[in-house]
Amino acid sequence: MDEERFIRRRGAGSYAIDIPASQRELLRKLPLELRSLLDSDHPSLLRLFPPAYPDDPERSAEYDSMVRAQLVSSRKHALDILEKTIDAEQVDAEELAAWLSVLNDLRLFLGTSLDVTEETFDEPMPGDDPAGQAMALYLYLGWLEEQAVEALAADLPEGSD
Amino acid sequence: MNAKAISTAPLEVEEPAGVKVVNPDLPWMVIVWNDPINLMSYVTFVFQKLFGYSRQKAHRLMLQVHNEGKAVVSSGPREKAEFDTARLHAHGLWATMQHGG
Repeated sequence: MDEERFIRRRGAGSYAIDIPASQRELLRKLPLELRSLLDSDHPSLLRLFPPAYPDDPERSAEYDSMVRAQLVSSRKHALDILEKTIDAEQVDAEELAAWLSVLNDLRLFLGTSLDVTEETFDEPMPGDDPAGQAMALYLYLGWLEEQAVEALAADLPEGSD
Repeated sequence: MNAKAISTAPLEVEEPAGVKVVNPDLPWMVIVWNDPINLMSYVTFVFQKLFGYSRQKAHRLMLQVHNEGKAVVSSGPREKAEFDTARLHAHGLWATMQHGG
């Protein structure tokens, strides 16, 4: 099956980004929102920073104080790379990993805001559902993300059992 | 650091029935929980990338998370478990830690 792809592996560590200009505009704008949200206390952020010790609030807080800043800064670093390469037709592994990171964070944030469940997509959505546009965006980001994962997975070492 | 919770507990308070007394030598387990958002392919990819697991092993763990709701993906001393948990959190997976078996 020769399905349309916007992100493809070209060779080891080299990936083609073939996204139409209008969609690149979207991918330029969305991360700006993510960046400002990262420093907020928006409830959907809980999904990005889950409690490490669910039964021990004290240890969770300790963990949070140790790693939260680093988790935020690595996400901002990925945003920096995405912004720098948003118009690129070819990226390397580190750059595509940054794209993947941002795509996944956007989906997590959007999916949490939309209260996505395992059953959300079992039934077709009514066309006039006000959340329809956000759902379409969520699905689109997932479609792009699948391609980034597939491209990067091809370059992973074989690994061990 | 590990003994803090024990040393500050008032001596006269008895452990409530049913609470397991955890052996400090037992490893910490890193557990990944199922969530409806992360793509299955992405979860497999992250397990391969972070832990050097083969595609088969990573896929098996991902299916365990998906079908059973959770899976232990790594274990070790608390510091290693926290490191692994932080890397999983950096990749957007819902990971927690648990002491002992």
